[in-house]
Amino acid sequence: MRQRFFNRINFTDVALGIIGAGLVGLIVIGSFKTLAEGNYTTRQWLDFVVFGIAQGSIYALIALGYTLVYGILRMINFAHSEVFMGGAFTAYFAADAMAKSGFLKANTFISILILFAVAMATSVLIGVLVERIAYRPLRRAPRLVPLITAIGASFFLQYTFKGLYGSSFKAYPEIAALKGNYTWGDLNITKIQIVVIVSAALLMLGLYLYVQYTKAGKAMRAVSEDKDVAALMGIDVDAIIVRTFVIGAALAGAAGILYALTFRQVNFFMGFGPGIKAFTAAVLGGIGNIPGAMVGGLFLGLFESVGPILFLDGLNVPAPYQLKDVIAFTLLVLVLLFRPSGILGERLSRNKA
Amino acid sequence: MENESKTNWWLKAIQTGLIGGIVAVLVSLIGMVESFHERDIIAGQITMGETLLLLIVVSFGYFSSRGTEDTPLSKRLTSGALTSLMIGSLTAGLVLVGKVVNLRKVLVNASPNLYKILTFENENTTTAVIVLLIAGAVIGLLASLVHVIPLIWRRAIISGLTIAALIALLQDLIRITLSRFPAFSESIAWMFGSRGEEGLSVNGALVVFIIVTAINFFSATRGDAVRGRVRALPSGTQTALRWTSWGLLGAFLLIWPQIAGPYLSEVSNSIGLFILMGLGLNIVVGYAGLLDLGYVAFYALGAYTMAVLTTTGGEITANIEWTFWQALPVAVLGAVVAGVVLGIPVLKIRGDYLAIITLGFGEIIRIMFLSDFLKPYLGGSFGIVLIASPTLGSTALKTPQTLYYVILAACLVALFVAYRLRDSRIGRAWKAIREDEDVAQAMGINLTTTKLLAFATGAAFGGLSGAIFASKLSTVYPHSFVLLVSINVLALIIVGGMGSLPGVVVGALLLVGMPELLREFSEFRLLIYGALLIAMMISKPEGFLPEAVHKRELHESDNVSHPAGA
Repeated sequence: MRQRFFNRINFTDVALGIIGAGLVGLIVIGSFKTLAEGNYTTRQWLDFVVFGIAQGSIYALIALGYTLVYGILRMINFAHSEVFMGGAFTAYFAADAMAKSGFLKANTFISILILFAVAMATSVLIGVLVERIAYRPLRRAPRLVPLITAIGASFFLQYTFKGLYGSSFKAYPEIAALKGNYTWGDLNITKIQIVVIVSAALLMLGLYLYVQYTKAGKAMRAVSEDKDVAALMGIDVDAIIVRTFVIGAALAGAAGILYALTFRQVNFFMGFGPGIKAFTAAVLGGIGNIPGAMVGGLFLGLFESVGPILFLDGLNVPAPYQLKDVIAFTLLVLVLLFRPSGILGERLSRNKA
Repeated sequence: MENESKTNWWLKAIQTGLIGGIVAVLVSLIGMVESFHERDIIAGQITMGETLLLLIVVSFGYFSSRGTEDTPLSKRLTSGALTSLMIGSLTAGLVLVGKVVNLRKVLVNASPNLYKILTFENENTTTAVIVLLIAGAVIGLLASLVHVIPLIWRRAIISGLTIAALIALLQDLIRITLSRFPAFSESIAWMFGSRGEEGLSVNGALVVFIIVTAINFFSATRGDAVRGRVRALPSGTQTALRWTSWGLLGAFLLIWPQIAGPYLSEVSNSIGLFILMGLGLNIVVGYAGLLDLGYVAFYALGAYTMAVLTTTGGEITANIEWTFWQALPVAVLGAVVAGVVLGIPVLKIRGDYLAIITLGFGEIIRIMFLSDFLKPYLGGSFGIVLIASPTLGSTALKTPQTLYYVILAACLVALFVAYRLRDSRIGRAWKAIREDEDVAQAMGINLTTTKLLAFATGAAFGGLSGAIFASKLSTVYPHSFVLLVSINVLALIIVGGMGSLPGVVVGALLLVGMPELLREFSEFRLLIYGALLIAMMISKPEGFLPEAVHKRELHESDNVSHPAGA
C-alpha cells in the first residue's frame, strides 16, 4: 500500500505541493504578524471588508456574464470586459447631459434608472453583435480559434470606443443624494456602497430565479448540459445562446454603472482590470456555475481589499496595496492548481474542463 | 445559409449594403478616414482616406454581385449597384445628421473636416448627397463588372493595384533610401509627387501598375512553363540555383543597413526583436499548442537581467557591471529558469485556463517590477538606466546600423534552432501534444518534460529578445512590458500562420513593420490587429503562410470532398 502511494507521486505533484505550501505558509505568517502588530483598528478592518464586499458584488455581476457564456459555449468571452466598458462609457454621455440640464438633481432616482437602462441597452447591443459576428461562425471550430477571436474582438472594441469617444478619462457627475455615509458603531458604510450592494444583490436574485424557475431558464440549463440533445428536444439553441449573451451583457452594463458610480471615472481601457478580475472570480466560484460566480466575486473582492494589508503588511512589504493584483492572480493560480472546479463547482467532466 | 437560393437576392444585396454602410460610417467616426486622408496615394489626386472608403464600396459591391457561375449579368449588376447605393446612402445619412446635430460632443471624430472629406468638399449638402449616391451606385456597377474579367487578368490587375498602393504608402522610405544615391534623383522626381507632396505621381502610379500587372500576367500564363524547365534541369544545377538564391538573400541582408540608413535600420531592429519573440511563442503556441498570453514576462525578465547585470550608473546599480556578452547567456538562462518555474504550476492546466493564468503571470511580473517592494533592486517606475551596449573587439555597437548585425545573428540562430527542432523527436512530440494530449501521453510521450521544454525554449527566445532590447534602448521601464506586447506577438504568429517559420517573419514584417513605417497605422494599430485576428480566424485560420499539417487539419472537410485535390 505504502509502496503504491510513493509510486504514484511524481515530480509535478511534489513541485506543486512545495509551491502551494510555501504560499500558504507566507500567507499565514504574514497575517499572524500583521494581527500581532495591531497597527490597524477594528474600524479600519471593517472599512476594508465593506469596500471588499462592494467591489466584490461588481465583480460578481461581471463574472456572471463569463460564467453564463462559458456554461453554454465552453469558451472564455474575452470581449466581455469591453461589453462592461461600452455600457459605462456610453452612459456617461447620458449622465453628463442630465447633470447639465439639472434633471439629475431634480429626479435622482429616475436618472439613475435611465443610466442603468442606457448602459444595459448598449452592453446588450455590443454583446449580441460580438456573438453574431465573431463567435457564431466558429461554433464548430477547434477551441483555440474562438478564444483568439475573442481576444481580437476585445481589442477591436476597446480601440473602436477610443476612436468614437476619445481617449481621455471622463468624470461621471457627482450625485448629491448619494453622498455621505451611515455609521453604526465601528461599521462605516457609504451610501454608494449600499446602492451597489443592494442593486447587485437584487439583480443576482432576479437572475437566479429566472434561470431556476422559468421555462426559458430551464432551456438555458438544458443547452448548457448538452447542446445537441437540447436541440433534439426542440430547443432553439441559437436563440438560447443569444439570450445568454443578452443576459450576461445586461448584467455587465449594470455593473458598469455601479463601477462608474463608485469610482466616478470612465475610459476606454477601464474594462481590462475588472474584466480579468471577474473572470478570476468566475473560476474561483467554479466556472459555469451561477451561484459560484456570485460567491467567487464576493470572495475575490474581500480577498483583494483585506489581503494586501493582512498578508503583506506584517512581512514589511512597502506599499502592499500596489500588489493587490498579484494577490488576486496568485489566488487564481492556487485555485486552479488545487481545486480546478472552483469553490462551488462540481468536478468538471472531461468535456467541460 | 442553406436556403440561400430561397431568400430574395435583392433583399440580400440591400442587407450586404447595410453592413457595408455601417462599416463605412464606423470607419469614418473612429477617425480613420480623416487620419488617413492626410496621406496621398497619388499626389494631389487621391488620398489614403478616400482609398479606404473606395475599398469598402468596391469590396462590398464585388462580394454582393458574386452570385454563382450562371448568375446573369443583369442580376449581378443590380445587386452590386444596390449594395453600393446602400453604402452611399448611409454615408450620406451620416453627413445629413452631422449637418443638423453637433455629433462632436459625443463622437470626438465627427469633425467638420470629416464631412468635408465625405462630401468631396462640396459646400452644398444636397448636391453632396446626390453625388455620394450616384458615386456609390456607379462604383458598385463597376465592381460587379469585375466578375466579367477573366480570372487571370483579375488577379494580375488586383496585384498591380495593391503593389502600386503599397509603393505609394512607403514612398517616404523609398525616397529617403534612393536619395542617398544621386543617380536616382531624376527618376524619383518623375515617379513620386513633388517635394512636400506624398504618394506616387500619376506617371509613377501608371508605370508601377503596368509593370506589376504584366509581370503577374506572364507569371500566371508562362510561369508553369518556366518552372517546368527549372525542374527539368539536372539536380546539381538545381541545388546550385537554390544555394545562389539563398546566397543572394544573405548578401542582401548583410548590406541592408548600409542601403537603408539609420531610420530603416531601427525599424528593422524592432522587427527583428519581434521575429525573435515570434519564433519563441511559435514554439509554445504553434508547435505545442499551449496558448500563452503572458509571453511578455520572459521578454521582461531577459531585459531586466541584462539591465541589472550591466548597468553602470543611475539610481540602481548592483555594481556588477558585466559586459553585454557576459550578461547575455545569463539573461537567456534566467528566462529559461523562469519558463520552467512558471511552467510547472500550469502543467495540468489546459486551453482557456492556461491562457488566463499565463496572462496573470505576465501581469504579476510587470506589477512586481513596478512595485515599491522591489524598487531598491529594480528601480520601480523609474526603471534602470545606462545599460551596456554589445561590443565587437573594442567598438561598441551602439548605432542602429551596427546593432542590426547582432539582432540579425540572433534571428538566424533562432530560426535555425526552431527549424531543426520542428521535425526533431521533441518537435514531433510537441505536435502530438497539440493534436491530442491524452493520445500523446498514451503513445508514451512524457507530458511533463515535453511541455516544460516547450516553455523553456520559448522563454529562451523571449529572454534573448528582451536582453537585446534592453541594451538597444540602454534603459528599461516596466511600462515597456505590458500585455499588448504579448498580444502583438500572438497576432503576428497567427497572421503568419501558427507553427510556420516563414509565417513568423512575414507576420512581423506586416504587423510590426507597417505600423512603424506608417504613423496613420500606428494610431489604429490595435484596432486593426483586433479586426485582423477575427477576420483571420473566421476566413483563414491557418494564416497567410500556413504550416502544411495545420492547413490540412483546418480544412479537413475540403479534403474529404475532393480526395484527389492537391
